[in-house]
Amino acid sequence: MQQQAKRLLKLALNPVLVLLSLMSSGVWAATAEKAEHWRGNMTPGVTEVGHKIYDLHMLVFWICVVVGIIVFGLMFYSVFAYRKERHSEPATFHENTKLEIAWTVVPFLLLIIMAVPATKVLIEVYDTDDAAQDILITGYQWKWKYEYINPNGDNVTFFSNLRTPESEIGNEEEKGSNYLLEVDEPVVLPVNSKTRFLVTANDVLHAWWVPELAVKRDAIPGFVNEAWTKPTETGVYRGQCAELCGRNHGFMPIVVNVVEQEEYDQWLAGKLAEAAELKELMAKEFTMDELVARGKKVYERNCLACHGANGEGGVGKAIAGSPLATGSTKGHLDVIVNGVPGTAMQAFGGQLNEVDLAAVTTYQRNAFGNNMGDMLQPVDVYKFKKGQ
Amino acid sequence: MAHGPAKGFSRWLFTTNHKDIGTMYLWFSFAMFLLGGSFAMIIRAELFQPGLQIVDPAFFNQMTTMHGLVMVFGAIMPAFVGLANWMIPLMIGAPDMALPRMNNWSFWILPPTFLILASSLFMEGGAPNFGWTFYAPLSTTYAPPSVTLFIFSVHAMGISSIMGSINIIATIVNMRAPGMTYMKMPLFVWTWLITAFLLVAVMPVLAGAVTMMLMDIHFGTSFFSAAGGGDPVLFQHVFWFFGHPEVYIIILPAFGVVSEIIPVFSRKPLFGYDSMVYATASIAFLSFIVWAHHMYTVGLPLAGELFYMYATMLIAVPTAAKVFNWITTMFKGSITLETPMLFAIAKVFLFTVGGFSGLMLAIAPADFQYHDSYFVVAHFHYTMVAGAIFALSAAVYYWLPKWTGKMYNEAMGKTHFWISFIGFNLTFFPQHFAGLAGMPRRIPDYNMMFADFNMMSSIGAFIYGSSQLLFLFNIVRTITHGKPVNSDKVWEGATTLEWTVPSPAPYHTFTTPPEVK
Ligand code: HEC
Ligand code: HEM
Ligand SMILES: [Cu+2]
Ligand SMILES: [Cu+2]
Repeated sequence: MQQQAKRLLKLALNPVLVLLSLMSSGVWAATAEKAEHWRGNMTPGVTEVGHKIYDLHMLVFWICVVVGIIVFGLMFYSVFAYRKERHSEPATFHENTKLEIAWTVVPFLLLIIMAVPATKVLIEVYDTDDAAQDILITGYQWKWKYEYINPNGDNVTFFSNLRTPESEIGNEEEKGSNYLLEVDEPVVLPVNSKTRFLVTANDVLHAWWVPELAVKRDAIPGFVNEAWTKPTETGVYRGQCAELCGRNHGFMPIVVNVVEQEEYDQWLAGKLAEAAELKELMAKEFTMDELVARGKKVYERNCLACHGANGEGGVGKAIAGSPLATGSTKGHLDVIVNGVPGTAMQAFGGQLNEVDLAAVTTYQRNAFGNNMGDMLQPVDVYKFKKGQ
Repeated sequence: MAHGPAKGFSRWLFTTNHKDIGTMYLWFSFAMFLLGGSFAMIIRAELFQPGLQIVDPAFFNQMTTMHGLVMVFGAIMPAFVGLANWMIPLMIGAPDMALPRMNNWSFWILPPTFLILASSLFMEGGAPNFGWTFYAPLSTTYAPPSVTLFIFSVHAMGISSIMGSINIIATIVNMRAPGMTYMKMPLFVWTWLITAFLLVAVMPVLAGAVTMMLMDIHFGTSFFSAAGGGDPVLFQHVFWFFGHPEVYIIILPAFGVVSEIIPVFSRKPLFGYDSMVYATASIAFLSFIVWAHHMYTVGLPLAGELFYMYATMLIAVPTAAKVFNWITTMFKGSITLETPMLFAIAKVFLFTVGGFSGLMLAIAPADFQYHDSYFVVAHFHYTMVAGAIFALSAAVYYWLPKWTGKMYNEAMGKTHFWISFIGFNLTFFPQHFAGLAGMPRRIPDYNMMFADFNMMSSIGAFIYGSSQLLFLFNIVRTITHGKPVNSDKVWEGATTLEWTVPSPAPYHTFTTPPEVK
């Protein structure tokens, strides 16, 4: 009696275990949908299109779950009910045309049920017309450049870098809640307004992905891809680069700050004023101390990752004692403006303005034990660039 | 006439015997499986927790790249070629492969090739670090110097694969025993015939892609460089024109394996043999016209996007038909659950899960959220690990008694199965959620919101990884200490020709062709 029970239990065990794991995964997925704070499912995000994509995702998911329950149910039933112990005389049938036609036609119909809404949503995703503002997004190794295209004046341009400190990445300090998802300068968008993104890249492929905005577009050098979004709620939305782009692919996040229209207008006006100020600065004569102080900031933001906090080098060559940084100002500036093709040293000429280029060059020549005592003014950089 | 194998190392170096070559392929692929597996362990160890602990991000990229390349080209593909070598002649009643000397070559190209590829880990600049999909320009203008070795290895692998496939086609077309018509061939033979045609069609395309890379890197062309008027997207089209059929190259022989095993352990003929053949052929055909579903976000025109979406969804139909056939084969059978059957059932179950996520990925607008996230990683591991590696495990347990004449340890086999099954699901199921929550693939570090999923995944990976050592142990022990099987047929329900020769299969079989009725 006991033995028989044991045998039965053993018999039941295999398929039951499998079935259990299947069901628990189903339950898991279902709770994932309910518990909104607990993200384990796709986010519907804050756009209409995002909600439609989410609904589509759930539609296909539930169709798969239902089909899965039927198919796997049949499968485990067969394994369980037709074990040799219980069913020692196997049947011999091996075809049934009607059945085979049925299970070709039914899946086909299910596919049509999915294809119709998918087509509709896709058409909407592709409709980039009538945007209120255009932003050119350029992927760089490893940061994003944003350029607000202004048909009636200067564009607003800035770079957005990872802000998480090395010490958190190296586990020396506790990680903040936005670990690896924080930048020094976020993109700002107005709420309830259609923004078109023009996405491209400067070096290798990248992909601009913000799940809550339901936008993912590959950034490809030489191509400009289009995408759009119309967020309906203000807030801060975070994403990451989604295409392998080299060493720091995991370290080039995206932060989008969606604000009220007025706040956006103010922000944009502020940025334009900053640009105007910069123009003035271009003509200004800086002192050595001013240049070094500004250059230090520029260095920490743009160069430190490769050249080290003390100019000791790393991915890049050492700056401390570098023959270039202690050679002619022209040669030094040339490397920074034009980069070294085929290496990780990119051309910073298009990424930094003249003031920052002058400052960082001066800084490198007068820091880390380099003691050149000479400096570059923005106007020198301007002339250098013009002269090329 | 029947002479035995030569002695010593020259037996293996100069052999033209399909069984010797099959054996070498299988051992080689197992070694690569362990090598690629150890790369995966490094990846999972780094991802165990947020923060950088063990490796530098640059090395992390080398690990993901080498893991993918070694698993796809070094483990899975050669393993199936090894099975083809061993089993196709036995299943169709042929004395050997049609082109035995070329067979020797196609194997012996592989070890030096992978030695070259692996040695690039020690080069200045490190091993290839641009992902197994090696998108330009990361793999051209921005690649480490080892990319040239990589290109050379891909060419060599391609030559090996093409020679292997030509051999398989020639064998199946010309060497079937009298009476073995096409529609009487075992399904494993059928799936390999179709796979071999896929290989012959797409390996040259891969060779073309890497040759264009070589030209860009060393000879000043700009196929893939926008700065020189080239097109980085062209690379992706060429790669995926190879890449999508490639995933079916991996899975079709696995379909063949389970189509052999399930009827045997259900003691009932395969349901819908004809439709299995047609389904395989239509999957193979469709696999040529869906490649751009890997490129939904590169900015294809709307019409193109729709076409690739519909075509991709269509693949689900023949795939589903196969699954239904396997299940109906079991229905009203008389089933026993030896280790090969356990692996075969799990393969059908888990592959179908991967098919479901594949269907979700096929929906272009939704793919804008899934693409390049861990959801994709989960999908292709369900299809490649559960779909192909589980089928390979099943095949090894199933045919090991025929190869060695000895029985493996059943309890150990079942233990291997259950640990693999649990480890596999623990590793890859949570990755669906990590991906849906927004975690991109190929990153060495992540935000805390992905931490739980990743920790589960890493623990699962260590479990799955270590269970493979048990597999190795079981195989070695079978060879050294296994109980002799003393019967040709081994499995009660076996019907195919290989079970009519003695166990272990003698060095030469079917020197006079059998009569097939
Ligand atoms: C992505 C990594 C990276 C970043 C960021 C980077 N560099 Fe470099 N840099 C390099 C590499 C690599 C080299 C060496 C190039 C070569 O092989 O000649 C280099 C070389 C240099 C050199 C020449 C050193 C020498 O002795 O030859 C200078 C000067 C320099 N960088 C300045 C900068 C400045 C200024 C910045 C920030 C605005 C910066 N780099 C940011 C990687 C980087
Ligand atoms: C029902 C059948 C299948 C469908 C509909 C399907 C669909 C897809 C789609 C749409 C993608 C692209 C996802 C993305 O990158 O956004 C994908 C990726 C992938 N699939 Fe499948 N798939 C199927 C079966 C398979 C099989 C059988 C295999 C292999 C044995 C496989 C292996 C892969 C791999 C390796 C990738 C990722 C490639 C990469 O980017 O590295 N798939 N699949
Ligand atoms: Cu990236
Ligand atoms: Cu594909």
